Amino acid sequence: MSLLLALSLAAGTPADLGYSQIPDPAREAQAAALMAELRCLVCQGQSIHDSDVDMAADMRRIVRQKIAAGDTPQSVRAWLVERYGSYVTYDPPFSLATAPLWLAPLLLLAAGLWLARGTLKRRRRA
Amino acid sequence: MKRWLFWLPLIVFAVLMAVAGSRLLVPPETVVKSALVGKPLPDFALPPIVPGKPGVTRADFATGKPRLLNVFASWCVPCIAEAPQLLKLKAAGARIDAIAIRDTPQAVAAFLQRNGDPYMRIGDDPQSRVQISIGSSGVPETFVIDGQGRIAAQHIGDIREEDVPKLLQALEDAR
Repeated sequence: MSLLLALSLAAGTPADLGYSQIPDPAREAQAAALMAELRCLVCQGQSIHDSDVDMAADMRRIVRQKIAAGDTPQSVRAWLVERYGSYVTYDPPFSLATAPLWLAPLLLLAAGLWLARGTLKRRRRA
Repeated sequence: MKRWLFWLPLIVFAVLMAVAGSRLLVPPETVVKSALVGKPLPDFALPPIVPGKPGVTRADFATGKPRLLNVFASWCVPCIAEAPQLLKLKAAGARIDAIAIRDTPQAVAAFLQRNGDPYMRIGDDPQSRVQISIGSSGVPETFVIDGQGRIAAQHIGDIREEDVPKLLQALEDAR
């Protein structure tokens, strides 16, 4: 394996972006942040940043190649969402399906405040 | 305090339990469907992987006739299980092309010799690039492509005996 690596380095072939970083650290940071919020489709509880299956490496390679070529993380994410739906990202966009998730805490907090207000008022009067 | 308000937390709790409980009874969905079903097949061109059989390109579809596009691999066990069904589909007149995922010419040739060869073309996709570009998340998967090159349907997992008529019907509908 290390011999193979040495040979490929000696031959000057570009490193496989599925398993190695983009040479430009700024682009790599963008790619890493995006990969941490993309779901591995085979091992569905993990991000492609964490997973070691071949499919995750294939997805990382695509993400890094696109970002190395100058694509923005948003456009790469949109490319994947276009193919797999928002299920592929751990940061799903605000939509009709995800609205309760975002709005329920606010509604519950408002209900709690309203209940507390009633109780406090009564106590003050007593 | 109004009397009904006293029961409200219990009611909310009961509703939540009913929702959670009913979801427990439904088996979880573990497959990821392609969001491209109903949309045009993306552009791609894959070289051949075995001698004597051409590779697969986007241009091979949209020829006016519906086709099946089977995503498979020689290292995939359910692909062996579905091989007889693919041969049945071929015998029934289905035109089947394939994409071999992360595979080698020797392994694919051995796979075809052992399990039969239902394919007209086989494209070599060593890094799942085309597989991901069409929204496929595993092997085996089978896409029904209509005569205009649109993805009409997607079958996830191995094709069972009972799926054969369904796929033939899907091909008929995609005409």
